[in-house]
Amino acid sequence: MSDHLGLEVKKVSKSYGTAKVLNEVSFEVRPGEVIALLGENGAGKSTISSIIAGSVNHDSGTMTWKGQDYNPSSPGNAIQKGIGLIHQETRLLKELSVAENVFVGRMITKNGIVDFNTMNSLASEQLKRLGLEISPKQLVKNLKMSAQQQIEIAKALTLNSELLILDEPTSSLGESETNFLFDKIRQLKKEGVSFIYISHRLEEIEQIADKIIVLRDGNLVSSYDNANIAINKIVHDMVGRDVDRIFPTIENESTTETLRVENLNSIDGSFENINFSVNKGEIFGIAGLVGAGRTELVRAICGADMITSGKIFVDNNEINISSPQDAIKNGIVMVPEDRKSLGLLLEQSNSQNISIANFDVFLKSGWVSPEKIKNFSKKGIELMGVKGSVDQNANELSGGNQQKLLISKWISRKPKVLIFDEPTRGIDVGARHSIYQVMKQLSESGISIIVVSSDLEEVVGLSHRMLILSRGVQKNILTNSDNISRVEIMKQATN
Amino acid sequence: MENIINFTKRVFRGTQGTFLGLIVLTIFFSLASPYFFSARNFINILDQVTVLGIMALGMTAVIIIGGIDLSVGSILALSMMVTGWVWDAFGVPLHYACLIGIFIGSIAGLINGLLVSYLKLPAFIATLAMLSAARGLANIFTDGKQIYGFPEWLTNLSVVRHFGFIPVTMLVFIFLTILCWFLLKYRKEGRNLYAIGGNPEVARLSGINVKGTTVVVYTISGFLSGIAGILLTARLNTCVPQAGFTYELDVIAAVVIGGASLNGGVGGIAGTIVGVFIIGVLRNGLNLLGFSPFVQGVVIGAVIVFAVALDTFKKKER
Repeated sequence: MSDHLGLEVKKVSKSYGTAKVLNEVSFEVRPGEVIALLGENGAGKSTISSIIAGSVNHDSGTMTWKGQDYNPSSPGNAIQKGIGLIHQETRLLKELSVAENVFVGRMITKNGIVDFNTMNSLASEQLKRLGLEISPKQLVKNLKMSAQQQIEIAKALTLNSELLILDEPTSSLGESETNFLFDKIRQLKKEGVSFIYISHRLEEIEQIADKIIVLRDGNLVSSYDNANIAINKIVHDMVGRDVDRIFPTIENESTTETLRVENLNSIDGSFENINFSVNKGEIFGIAGLVGAGRTELVRAICGADMITSGKIFVDNNEINISSPQDAIKNGIVMVPEDRKSLGLLLEQSNSQNISIANFDVFLKSGWVSPEKIKNFSKKGIELMGVKGSVDQNANELSGGNQQKLLISKWISRKPKVLIFDEPTRGIDVGARHSIYQVMKQLSESGISIIVVSSDLEEVVGLSHRMLILSRGVQKNILTNSDNISRVEIMKQATN
Repeated sequence: MENIINFTKRVFRGTQGTFLGLIVLTIFFSLASPYFFSARNFINILDQVTVLGIMALGMTAVIIIGGIDLSVGSILALSMMVTGWVWDAFGVPLHYACLIGIFIGSIAGLINGLLVSYLKLPAFIATLAMLSAARGLANIFTDGKQIYGFPEWLTNLSVVRHFGFIPVTMLVFIFLTILCWFLLKYRKEGRNLYAIGGNPEVARLSGINVKGTTVVVYTISGFLSGIAGILLTARLNTCVPQAGFTYELDVIAAVVIGGASLNGGVGGIAGTIVGVFIIGVLRNGLNLLGFSPFVQGVVIGAVIVFAVALDTFKKKER
């Protein structure tokens, strides 16, 4: 027993089979504190948070919570005791109302009948506490991604949670939404709620965290009592080596135009009158807030969505794109934002994933031989250094390797334009670095690259020129040599 | 010999569990009934599964793309009745009548495909509607009456044994099986089906014509049901509007026992054929042992549960 009022984790270890994923990890979280839990994918962050949230049992070590021994038997048990985990991908029931989601599993009843009035008013109380103007009767599917996340937090708060574990809460949020979330966290902190905050966006740690702990290969390698730590130092702790420059320098002198779009208009008004061109080997960024129409724009260029008017030229020839097939045929391909639902056949082999879009490239007739598929995919996997075999299923790969698999699928057919939508979302620092290196190589080999990212640092760091979008309207095209500041871009993007 | 073993391994790759089950069943019935283990009885079994098997080939493709076709039994009856009706009422030569019947079956399948991919109806609903409509049509042409008295060559398709043992109906089944196996395994269109079943949006973004392929797959299912209808006519030497009633259930069962997943993306012709034979052997063996069709139904139900549970268990272990 101890008189500690928060959470104490002492020498917690966990193995899966012979693989030790956590090795005597100890740390503490005091009431009203935000602890940043950092580390590469596979460092053990999700294992330790699952243990604290009761969905995984640990092998050895102890935990205390508010001075009591803490050994949650299930996530439900952990929630009862006031500890909740909010996942990266929200787990809401989209067809149900906000209030029903908040109270799912513990619906309030009166005489055996669900009492919607009470639930709605209680839910709305918590939403107000978070400063959200959302009707509790609204269906979750009609809410924006960021609002959905707030619902999860509201849900945890109605459970009187005193410790919330946030797993990559900002990965799908734009700058203003992120700031909104931070405001809420600060407010809840004052009320004594503590947080374990997991994120790959190191730039935001300083803004929100009180302390930092870093895991590497299941070991706690460092802990800091304040968050004013240089990013380089944290990265060093995470990967165990120096990452000298986060963004590679990519030269491009070409003036040969590869892609040009003229007066492009979307079918649903998400963007209008877009004009730009991309040169051979150029990296062209598209910046803007969430909802500015970035993803919609690139989806239209690669044929995933229809356009109402506008022209697209490849190598100065006008092309007609009415399906992804047309775009692929003309050398325009995209690595989509959401790997899992738009990019990969998760339950199928890596070779199937690489070959499926490329039968026309490596087959003379429509007949396939397993050997040809295997050889073609093997080449693709080696090209990108994917850590995995051709026969493995795609869902057995780590996030970074999945992304590499997707890239190798598309570069195997030697495209002219490769579009990256959120290339490094949910990917750890090491893999991120190698994806930037790949972009550099591709650019040097003459492939034009379009990068869309919510991470402004990334767009600025990579692009030669960038297009600024604000609510579907093209604001400006900036050349990176102008040394434009992030602030300036934000100003234009929010205008 | 080694070549044969390697080839067998390649054909049945991924179906070892169900294949083993089929062998166990065969051994069991061989021991339990003196009539089971004979060339004559095996030909019998093959004969009995011909219709079911042909429909299961189409159903395999449908299930791989993540769909379902509940209308195969009704389409079988529709093709059968159209064939008989145009022959009987309009004097169309029977071989042309057969082609017309198969064509109408394909059209029914085409409509299924259009409903699913362009009207975006859930496959379950679209084909449920077709199950009802096609059965209704099958009865309308003759007002629910049977047609019989066909020229002898039609019956001969299922009666006259070529090479001493094999009738035309069976040859058609074997030919279509090999054809479908090749198409699914070695054609890019076949590989595309797995991508569509795995995730239709990923498939679309990879440049696959998902809508078109879906229409073709349902059309093929209707086409094969049409062929099954003609073969059943040959076997019965009669057109009956009630033919093929609830066949869809046996067909889906065979495909699922064969290892296909109703979530799509998984399955294959080899597995399906094993599934078809498991059902065939069960029915035949239980018959020989004197069990009623009612008992057979219970046993097949149990086998479905067992096969799929085993599959799920195996996946978890991985």
